Order: sequence, then C-alpha cells, then structure tokens
Amino acid sequence: MTTYTMPESLKNVRTHYCPGCSHGIIHKILAECIDELNMRENTVGVSPVGCAVIAYEYLNLDMVEALHGRAPAIATGLKRALPDKLVFTYQGDGDLLAIGISELIHAANRGENFTIIFVNNRVYGMTGGQMAPTTAPGQKTLTTPYGRDGKMGEPIDVMHLIEPFSNVKYLARGAVYHPNEIRKTKNLIKRALEMQISGDGFSLVEVLATCPTYWRMSPGEAMDYVKDNIAPHVQMGVIKEQ
Amino acid sequence: MSKKELLCGNEAISEAAIKAGCRYYYGYPITPQNEISAYMALHLPKVDGTFIQAESEIAAINMAAGTAATGKRVMTSSSGPGLSLKQEGLSFFAAAELPLVVVDAMRAGPGLGNITPSQADYFQATRGGGHGDYRQIVLAPASVSEAAELTRRAFYLADKYRIVAMLLLDGMLAQTREPVVINQDPLEDDFDKSWAVTGCKGRTPNVVKSLFLQERSLEEFIEKQLIKYSVIEETETEAELYHTADAEYILIAYGTPARMCRSVVDRYRAKGIKVGLLRPVTLWPYPSRMLRDTLRHAKHYLVVEWSAGQMFEDVRIALGYDRPIHLLSKLGGSLMDIEEIDNKLDELLINQGARI
Ligand code: SF4
Repeated sequence: MTTYTMPESLKNVRTHYCPGCSHGIIHKILAECIDELNMRENTVGVSPVGCAVIAYEYLNLDMVEALHGRAPAIATGLKRALPDKLVFTYQGDGDLLAIGISELIHAANRGENFTIIFVNNRVYGMTGGQMAPTTAPGQKTLTTPYGRDGKMGEPIDVMHLIEPFSNVKYLARGAVYHPNEIRKTKNLIKRALEMQISGDGFSLVEVLATCPTYWRMSPGEAMDYVKDNIAPHVQMGVIKEQ
Repeated sequence: MSKKELLCGNEAISEAAIKAGCRYYYGYPITPQNEISAYMALHLPKVDGTFIQAESEIAAINMAAGTAATGKRVMTSSSGPGLSLKQEGLSFFAAAELPLVVVDAMRAGPGLGNITPSQADYFQATRGGGHGDYRQIVLAPASVSEAAELTRRAFYLADKYRIVAMLLLDGMLAQTREPVVINQDPLEDDFDKSWAVTGCKGRTPNVVKSLFLQERSLEEFIEKQLIKYSVIEETETEAELYHTADAEYILIAYGTPARMCRSVVDRYRAKGIKVGLLRPVTLWPYPSRMLRDTLRHAKHYLVVEWSAGQMFEDVRIALGYDRPIHLLSKLGGSLMDIEEIDNKLDELLINQGARI
C-alpha cells in the first residue's frame, strides 16, 4: 500500500494561489519528479514573473527569480556554470511567449541543456487577467473585452515555434484536469528531466492549466473547460523525442 | 616575467578579465566594443571558459545574472545603445546583490548617435541608468595599461561588495593600441559566496531574487545598501592629482581627454603657468570630498569632457556655485583637438590679466 507523503522538494506551507488554480498541482508533480530522481540537492530552479514569481516560497530548492521573460537566459547562465546540476525554468504564457519569446527561441536553438515547465492558462493572472499570446480566438479578457479578434493575433503554439530546431530534444504537452492526466503529465516532466540529466539537450513540457479567477469560472468548470474545449484540439503527450 | 603585448583597450580588458579568473562572457555585437567578444570567443575556450554571442543585450546581461548567481566571475560589455538595453539587468543585479563586471566603450548618443568616441554615457553609468534606488562602481581608465589594471580591480570590488563594477571608457581608448603588461595575479578572490545557488546540498535553499513584497522589506534592503555604498565612498574613491598642490588653474577630466590635459599641464608648467590636473579614476564614488576639501584654492576650474557637461555636474556639486567652473565640451562624437584646450585655457588666463 502506498502512503501519501509530502515531497521533500515542496515546502509544507500554504500557497497564495487562488482556489482551484493549477499551479499547486504542477508544483507538486514537479517536486515529486525531482525527489524521485534524487536531485533535490542538485537542482537550481528559475521562477518567472507572473503568479508563480514566488515559487521559491513553495519549492524547497535553490532558486533564482528571473525578470519578466528572461528565465531562459538566466537558466542558460546557470547551466553553463553548473553543467552537472538539474536546471529548470517555470514559466507562464505571457512570460514565455510574449516578453520572453526571444530568450525562449534562442535558448532552444542553442540546445541549452535545461528544461522549461510551461504553464499555459491563456491569460495574465498576476496583473489582473489581460490577453496572453495563447488566449483563444473570441476569448474575453481584461484587454479583449469584446473577445480576442484577428487583429490581436492568433494563439501561438510553442511546439510549432521550436519543434524544427534540431537541438530541441524533447517536447511534450500534458494537462491536470483529472488524476489520470496529472499522472501522465508527471511522467512527461520526469522524462524531460531524465533527458536533461543524461545531457541530451533542450526540453520543454507544456501543461494546459486553468485560471478560474480570470476565466470567471468555478474551479470545476475551469477543469472541464480544459478537458472539453482545449485538450481535444491540440496534440497531447510526447510531441518530439530525439 | 609577464611579456609585453600590443593590445587595444578592449583586448587588454578581455585578457585582464581572463587573468582575473573570469571564465564566462556573454555579449552582443556593437561598435566600438567588438574586440572584446572577438577576444573572448578566441581565448575563453582555451581555458575551458564559456563564450556565448547572445541574441540580444538583454539576454546577454540575464545570462550573466544566471552565472553570477552561481558565484562565478562573469563579464559582459556593450556601448551606449546596448547599455541602455542592459539597464533592466543592471537594476536586477543591484536588487539581487550580484557581482558583475560590465564594460561600456562609449560612443556618441542619444539614439543610435554615432559610433565615434564620446563620454556621453556618464549620467547613465554614474546615476544608475536603470529603475530604482541603487549605485554601481564606475572605473575610468585613461590608458590601455590602466584599463587592464582596473579590470583586475573591478572583479575584486564586484566580489567584495556584491555590486556591479563598470569599466567606463571612451571609444578612443577602447580602440587605441598600446604596449601593455597584464598582471598575472588576481587580487584577492577568495570571497564568501555562501549566498550562491549551487544546489542546496547540506544547507537550506538559497534564493537569488529582486522582489520584496513584504511591508518595509524593500526599504530595509535599500537602507542596508546605502550603508554599503557609504563604505565604498569611504574606502574606494580614487583620483590622480597632477601638479594640483599650487595650481591656480585646475583641469578636470577622465579617460582620453585627461591624457590630453596632462600634456597641456606639462606645456603650461614649462612656461611657468600654474596649471594642474585632477583625474578621477572612480566616477562613482566621485572624488567630491577631495575637490571640496583640498582643491578649493584654484582660481579657475576647467572641466574637459566629451559630452555636453555631465561630469561637470559632479564638479559643481562638489565645489558649489561660488567657484568659477568652466566647461570645454565636445559633442556628438566629434574629435577634440588639443589646441581647443589651449585656447580655452588662454581665454581664462587673459581674463585674469596674465600674459601668455
Ligand atoms: S490569478 Fe489565475 S493563475 Fe494566478 S493564482 Fe489565481 S487562478 Fe492561478
């Protein structure tokens, strides 16, 4: 019989995340992966600007808090100086695909040997629910009060952007709306970290997340929305493994 | 014995950085500092170092932040427009208390300006060009040898105070080639780096960050920095005094203009005219007290500067409005002829009734 235990890589504290937010689940499975790989004392994480800016209050790891969008550049400088440590960034959609898209693309193209955990909830949470690069067509946000139209661009798919680079070794997409999905996503993250440990190169796992607060939904509705309206329209699971 | 090499200012800084134990350099191309990245690309791999040509100035300084967070010595460099882009990073370094050596080989601005030599980044360098209340050490070499020596110092100071140390040189010095012997020995480099992120083996986790949300926490952090800044002002201020003790006319200049002024002093002294030179080596901290307390006796002060008068303001702050301070400036990256300094000085002398 398995007994539930708190991962050592997670601090036993209350988070500031809204009720039903996906960040808590994603922190937990990431922490479990690091524990299972026995890497807690050999890991440096990078937190983003966004709701997860103070992820270091919850993850029991050495961490750097990056400026907005700069996490892949910070991680590059970390990993080059500490090639034997496990290095990851934890980034949201605005951080990764708007202000930090240049840092992302070039770190991927150089094949920097670290892992990006990309939490895609299609909205800027921390600043009050503005449009993100991944906001769906027609989606209403603080800055697209009439719904996102074509003049505000189409949702950017990170996989399409970086999949062609030969130095990108592992790309995967998971979700956390159901225990089965959580388990699958955890395996994807673990595989990415394992590939980093074997020195394979750049890896990224996107997690389809929720922001019930700025989707104006209950936590349950938000999870169902991912299941019914987002996950069926994108490629799930391993997208690239080399 | 170390051998003499013929290097330009940019190359001397690069070689001195490697000798000081810097193994990480991240940069982006911009004139007139490109010799630095070329030198690092060629020589860092030979010492198992890392060179990355970053995708942008912003990426370069953030890569430097990542490496600095591990406690290792790291350098980046740029010029005017590129330095403007690096300011978000410099503000982050200040808030995260990370050591960094950054080079600014000044070209003329504003905007893309001109690629020719200038000193118009003085404000941006000495006032903290990024957002927030912070300071950084600014060192101003006036020769290729001194550029190398101050690079060695910059790494030492950056580690000692966990601060950004900037080498601020005009594009002329960056490109000038002179014989130089690079000192092989780094200054003390055994600093406590228990704050670094290296994986939390055997200790509680370290966090390198710049966000202070708790009430009063940022205020307290800045108060602590202010104390550090005053220690730096007390102990690290440096300037060269040349024939100032009895000088009636004191020239004040840094970098290449200071070299021009030095030869002006020699020529006027030979004519029996009491001219001296104050050459600040640290631009922050500025030798204000020295000016105020020991150099008040001159009849006239002439600031010679390749900008519209940026350092001039520090001289004004130190001496006040009751001292006659004059400015000879050169704008927009145009080159200054040494005769312009002579003419300006002659003007002051004639106004004083001197025969020249
Ligand atoms: S605003 Fe959205 S993303 Fe941010 S904590 Fe709340 S639910 Fe989570």
